[in-house]
Amino acid sequence: MPRSFFGGVHPKGCKELSREAPLTVFSPKFVSIAMSQHIGAPCKPLVAVGQHVTVGQKVGDGAGLCSPVHASVSGTVVAVEEKPHPGGTNVLSVVIENDGRDDLCPDIHPRDSIGDLDAQALIDIIHAAGITGMGGAGFPTHVKLSSGLGKVDTVIVNGAECEPYITADDRLMRETPERVMGGLRVICKILQPTRTAIGMEANKPEAFAAMKSVLDENVELLALRVRYPQGAEKQLIQSVTGRCVPPGGLPAAVGCAVFNAATCAAIYDAVYLGMPLVRRAVTVTGSAVLHPSNFLAPIGTPFSELIEAAGGFASAPYKILCGGPMMGLAQYTLETMTIKGCNAVTCLSEKDRRRESAQHCIRCGKCVENCPMHLMPVFMHKASAAGNLERLKELNVMDCIECGCCAYGCPAGIPLVQSFRTAKRLLRDAAAREKEAANK
Amino acid sequence: MKFVPGTLTISSSPHAHSPNSTRRIMFDVCLALLPALIAAIWYFGWRCLTVTMLSVAACVFFEWAYRRIMKKENACADLSAVVTGILLAFVCPPTIPYWVVILGALFAVVLVKQLFGGIGQNIVNPALAARAFLFSWPLFMNTWIRSGVHPAVFSNPSSAALDGLTAATPLASMSAGKLPAEDALDLFLGQTGGCIGEVCTAALLLGGIYLLLRRVITLRIPLSYLGTVAVLAFAFPLGGANRLDWMLCQLLSGGLVLGAFFMATDYTTSPVTHVGQIAYGVGCGVLTLLFRYFGSYPEGVTYAILIMNCCVGFFDKMGIPKRFGAVRQKGGEAA
Repeated sequence: MPRSFFGGVHPKGCKELSREAPLTVFSPKFVSIAMSQHIGAPCKPLVAVGQHVTVGQKVGDGAGLCSPVHASVSGTVVAVEEKPHPGGTNVLSVVIENDGRDDLCPDIHPRDSIGDLDAQALIDIIHAAGITGMGGAGFPTHVKLSSGLGKVDTVIVNGAECEPYITADDRLMRETPERVMGGLRVICKILQPTRTAIGMEANKPEAFAAMKSVLDENVELLALRVRYPQGAEKQLIQSVTGRCVPPGGLPAAVGCAVFNAATCAAIYDAVYLGMPLVRRAVTVTGSAVLHPSNFLAPIGTPFSELIEAAGGFASAPYKILCGGPMMGLAQYTLETMTIKGCNAVTCLSEKDRRRESAQHCIRCGKCVENCPMHLMPVFMHKASAAGNLERLKELNVMDCIECGCCAYGCPAGIPLVQSFRTAKRLLRDAAAREKEAANK
Repeated sequence: MKFVPGTLTISSSPHAHSPNSTRRIMFDVCLALLPALIAAIWYFGWRCLTVTMLSVAACVFFEWAYRRIMKKENACADLSAVVTGILLAFVCPPTIPYWVVILGALFAVVLVKQLFGGIGQNIVNPALAARAFLFSWPLFMNTWIRSGVHPAVFSNPSSAALDGLTAATPLASMSAGKLPAEDALDLFLGQTGGCIGEVCTAALLLGGIYLLLRRVITLRIPLSYLGTVAVLAFAFPLGGANRLDWMLCQLLSGGLVLGAFFMATDYTTSPVTHVGQIAYGVGCGVLTLLFRYFGSYPEGVTYAILIMNCCVGFFDKMGIPKRFGAVRQKGGEAA
């Protein structure tokens, strides 16, 4: 019996569109390296217009909770300006015109062995390589590692890729499983866990076999139930260990640390090849795209170039998403660039639009049944619509992981996640006001 | 295909939606009620069909008319009035005068549903509330023809005309403390007197299974409801009857199966939490038997469900699931 968690939904996978397309190296004409690609303080640009940069050269860094960014192509800096970011805002970016030569930064040296490196030295390498969680949230990996030192007994690699459409991690594990395994070895050397597991949904037999062929003896490879959101951090921990991360807590609170498969591969590149995080696997897919593909694309590639490389549009796009249809961010322009956490560009066409508009709640309870966080969306929505902050707090709306299972299954088509985002914002604002009043 | 800037839709995730819709759910319920309607026509004739069609037409008309008069958007397309119409007809005897059906539809749709705000807002089940209201005319609501008697379609049969064609229902005999004349198989197939939609348990179960397979309902409410009735009937048979026979006859008589699968599971008037749903089902079961054993009217399903409808807020509160991660769970192998 494959393992699982509470609730969840089973949306149409649509992974067959791109799962057989091999990772293709893609070289764009321009890249825009956003100074903010992670949770934490944004970077400050280190290069000026007109300067020549090489692949892997640091172009932005900052102090505090920050992760540096690097040039992903070689060429000339043509602008340092605000560019559209997948998050929906404009973010200061370094725009580089690609000279197509892919000259490597002279500071990049492969390492033959990592035997003489201690945990802190490895964490420093990972920090300098600008590695952040590549599953979407973008939490700086070096912070996750150092805060987990001595607290983590279980390391889990997240190869679930439960979002529909996306096949980037699938292809990555199929084509270069040794990089994922190599990165995991580095993580284990740092955290010294007693249990190590790789979890993936049971719908990726080829990736499973590929990982199995390079697997270390002490690592468990788990085929998990195909159910969204199997790859959400808290749900994956629950599936693999049975433990539940406490409200507001981090996985380390239950002795777990979760790393995306792509993050592991990036750690391998950083530690063994000396290569910072400059490119990632991106799936370009959806019914509006002519030839759904998987690219190994430099970070900062504009969506327009990726879509063009996938054959362009087959039909007029209705929505363009950074990520998959369950949690992806809808874009207003094709000028948006990829960032470290962008695993897919999903282009939905008119036929993916829900025809009925939102109706009245009929209290069917599907949202309660689907919620993997044991919440009561039906009541949360009422409280959110009424702006009742007390009730929202009582219903633990802050526990919502915005996975979208409630809204996905809602027969009335009520935009529940939107409602809860508003509610969370109301609560955060109220807390900030209270704090301000207390300080006066 | 050339991309036209400014044509992209921006909205909050999720961007995918299950094919589920209110209309689809209501349509499934209508489909699930079809076998029982066919069985009713088989046993009691075409008047069952005309009563049902009239009831549906009246419910849809009142829904449309009320919302038009009150200048609200037309909501007939969600098919909820059609479901109410079918269910209202199903809880009336085959000999019900047509004007009583229309009155019931008016009460169900306007007073019980629309005055409380329309779909999703009513406190009690419209069809059952209308049935309770129609008991103001006990003569029409309490005339039970035998199975196989087909009342004429174009008449409002008077009880005098039906003299000799009526029979005591199984519930009436059990209320008097003795097993009915029919055996359990007759009751299961529907060879007995009763309301239009309630007699044929086999057809109702077929519809119930369809709803379960379509995931419109779960087993939580029907199973806890029927299970409670079964356990209590088995434990307390009246008049020294065989426990098993008594239990089976209690389960297969009256509107219990119709109520458990199609009425108690009504989304709007039942709890949304899992624990709440089970407690609600048990409550329905206990009340049903209390009414059947101690009430002066032999049937208890209607009032049991209506009373439990009023307690839904309590059950929901009681069933709120434990907060995720609030208490560390056991089972961590590497703990």
